[in-house]
Amino acid sequence: MSKDDSKKALKELGSKIVHQVKKGKNPEIEFPLRNLSNIVYDKKSKTLKLGQKTGTRSFFNVAHSKKFLQTVEVASVIKEKLLDSGKHSSLRDVFYMVKKTIPGTKVNLVDDQTESDKAIEDLEVMTGISREEMHVNANKNGSVAGKVIIEDRGDTIDWSKLGSGGWSIPSNVEEITFKKVDAKYVLYMEKAAVWERLNEDKYWQKNDAIILASQGQTTRGIRRLLQRLYEEYNLPIYVCCDGDIYGAYIYSVIKYGSIALSHASERLTIPSVRYIGITMDDIEKYDLKKHFITLDEKDYARIKQVSEYEWFKDNKDWQRQFKMMKEFKAKVEIQALSARGISFISEEYLPKKIKNKEFLD
Amino acid sequence: MAQTTLSGSSTTGKKERTTAEMLAEKQQSISISEFFTKNRHLLGFDNPRKALLTTVKEAVDNSLDACQEMKVLPEIRVILDETAPERYKITVEDNGPGIVKQQIPNIFAKLLYGSKFHRLRQSRGQQGIGISAAALYGQLTTGKPIRIISKIGPKQKAHYYELHLNTKTNEPEITIDEEREWEGKDHGTKVQIELEGKYQQGKLSVDEFLQLTAISNPEATIIYKAPGAEAIEFARASKDLPGEAREIQPHPYGVELGTLMRMLRDTKAPSLQSFLQQDFCRVSASVAKEICDKAELEERLKPSAISRDQVEKIFNAIKQVKIMAPPTDCLSPIGEEQMLKGLKKEINAEFYAAVTRPPVVYRGFPFQLEVAIAYGGDLPKDEFARVIRYANRVPLQHQPGACALTRSIIQTAWKNYGVSQSKGTLPTGPLVVMVHMASVWVPFTSESKEAVASYPEIIKEVRLALQDAGRKLASYIRKTVKAREQQERVGLFEKYIPELAGALATLTGENKKELQEELEKILKKGLKDLLAESKEAEKEEITSEGVAYGEKQKGLDNE
Repeated sequence: MSKDDSKKALKELGSKIVHQVKKGKNPEIEFPLRNLSNIVYDKKSKTLKLGQKTGTRSFFNVAHSKKFLQTVEVASVIKEKLLDSGKHSSLRDVFYMVKKTIPGTKVNLVDDQTESDKAIEDLEVMTGISREEMHVNANKNGSVAGKVIIEDRGDTIDWSKLGSGGWSIPSNVEEITFKKVDAKYVLYMEKAAVWERLNEDKYWQKNDAIILASQGQTTRGIRRLLQRLYEEYNLPIYVCCDGDIYGAYIYSVIKYGSIALSHASERLTIPSVRYIGITMDDIEKYDLKKHFITLDEKDYARIKQVSEYEWFKDNKDWQRQFKMMKEFKAKVEIQALSARGISFISEEYLPKKIKNKEFLD
Repeated sequence: MAQTTLSGSSTTGKKERTTAEMLAEKQQSISISEFFTKNRHLLGFDNPRKALLTTVKEAVDNSLDACQEMKVLPEIRVILDETAPERYKITVEDNGPGIVKQQIPNIFAKLLYGSKFHRLRQSRGQQGIGISAAALYGQLTTGKPIRIISKIGPKQKAHYYELHLNTKTNEPEITIDEEREWEGKDHGTKVQIELEGKYQQGKLSVDEFLQLTAISNPEATIIYKAPGAEAIEFARASKDLPGEAREIQPHPYGVELGTLMRMLRDTKAPSLQSFLQQDFCRVSASVAKEICDKAELEERLKPSAISRDQVEKIFNAIKQVKIMAPPTDCLSPIGEEQMLKGLKKEINAEFYAAVTRPPVVYRGFPFQLEVAIAYGGDLPKDEFARVIRYANRVPLQHQPGACALTRSIIQTAWKNYGVSQSKGTLPTGPLVVMVHMASVWVPFTSESKEAVASYPEIIKEVRLALQDAGRKLASYIRKTVKAREQQERVGLFEKYIPELAGALATLTGENKKELQEELEKILKKGLKDLLAESKEAEKEEITSEGVAYGEKQKGLDNE
């Protein structure tokens, strides 16, 4: 979708409202609900999707008025200040662009950034155009290295020549183009520290791989980049996380999508992604029990929650993992492997797993 | 101390006696000023700021008590003059009955003298120690005498005294004693004390004390001149005099062992039985007999001949005998109407409510609680509620945290009444909460009489009173405040319209002015419906709150 398409979509939203106003009606906007009750797991595509339920927001309603105004105001700011001028900005910038006190009142149009962020998500859902397509970016987060050459806004970048830091992944990867991709697979890891280990060991060079990491939550930019590498070069994607329920959830988000971004699932999820480790079996196999961290109540609650997700419910392999987590009463970090040698992960653990195809689906 | 010496010394009885006598002599020679210096914190003279406040307080409390006794509408003048840095001359004048000449020296220049000390009666000063202590403090810090002029009737001449307190003998020393004319005064007393002190405004100040006193005594006019300020008047808001606080005899259940011993020593009754009947309330001949039986003591026993062990027997016997609760008509609450008058004249709010609970008896002592609240208006919205506490109409300004009255306010679930409150804190909002405890005997946490002790019965009574007042407040908040807020919100639409029109114009290229006019038309047309909508929402809120409140009530009943 081009910049003009985005503009058109926003303008259409405005025109619909204007139409109602001219007819003397209390203006309303309709949008798919984004709460848990309206999120469904689509078995066919294996992704989380928004359901059919919709809500309406009307301007002359005490409870809706401000949100209605926020949505329209954010749409107009994006159209005028970003799309018309061809510039990009951050979520934070948008917040400041709409932040003001409404004249004659003590009311702020937006009180904090979550309100403008929400308005942008609402616009995504209502118009079907993504935040990136509206020229709004989140903070960049994450690094990548590999034998890949890309072009980004006229610059050619070689991912194999970026030293210890790698290429830092922008939040919007829509406009980059791949010039050369020389890799057999992509390895995504939860932890930046592990990525640095692999990068120092030149893992990507020795194994013909692309290595990619964020810190904690996988951002939209990274998920989209993984998806493009999968879709455009058919590269298998492997995920490497801590051996705990949060690692499993990171994997789940990349594979099936998340609740918060279910409306964008199509552009973000990768159903073919595989989980490489740490698995509960690795604990026995690599003698990691001495590095156990005891689970607390929150962990148990989360295990229960995740294991009951529809997409995990009938997955025997994963159910076995969850069961073992509870039996061990403990979790293990990826870095525990370092106890067996600092480069054990890059020289033995990962190559062996990939060679033997030891993955969880 | 004497006992230790006795048992410790060895040989002859003669020697023991000498030691004891010597000791007794020594003890007597501990001077009053030494006693005072050691105990000044108990008497409210810990620091110069508090000394100033305590002195004003003692004098004003006495004046109000005197006026109440005489059934005259109080007119009190309080003047603070700074005579030198950190040195003040305090003048308090009233229109009370005046004091007969012979009593003046003892009342003002002898510690522990005073009629209040030995009686059970709801009065402001509870121990009658105050004014002479203030005089002594003034004497110790400035060397100046206390000056008193008093007149007991229009045809009498006034008596003027200047007094020192002999710190060795605790006897008044009269330096000036003369008759004077007191023009334009029918009766009354004027006291003047000069002392080292510190004048401050704000919390714990004389200003605050007088304002609080004006609230709890709306029948009084108080004229006050602070140092370097114009005189201000706390005007009278009511001509109703407080009800008479009747003196009662102690109830057997409320008497402590030490008090019982003292009473036996002081009584004029010829026998134990008549002592019990005469010196206590609610003790009939049969009850008195029963006590004697239970104590296994002869009814005709002479009170002065009763030994310590026997007193203890009587003390224990009392607990086993069923005795009717003491009368409660000895209490004089401020009353709902008077509290409202007092609050209204000093606190500018929108809504006031007052609740006076029926009297209750605790451990033989009758007491009564009442609360009043003021809400809205000029009161600050984002601060903790202001709590004003009283015991027998006297403001309690110190130690709010240690006081049962404050605790009860914190324990009340204000959210049920539409006032916000974080856990374990006072409510937040434009709120003043006044609590008054009236009793012949207020259980303070310490001798300084600053905080009421946390007896469950007191906490419960305050809570019940607050719940009652809270309900009235809740209904007011729902009716007016919420409705006004809704109205304000509807008013917001008008302000939102230009914003929406502007944003839509940018988005679509339409004309902003046209859009704005269209939107205004829609608002005008639909205003009635919109208001109805918000009323509907309000109704729902009321019902849901009603339910929540009902649940809470149930919870209390289960306690």
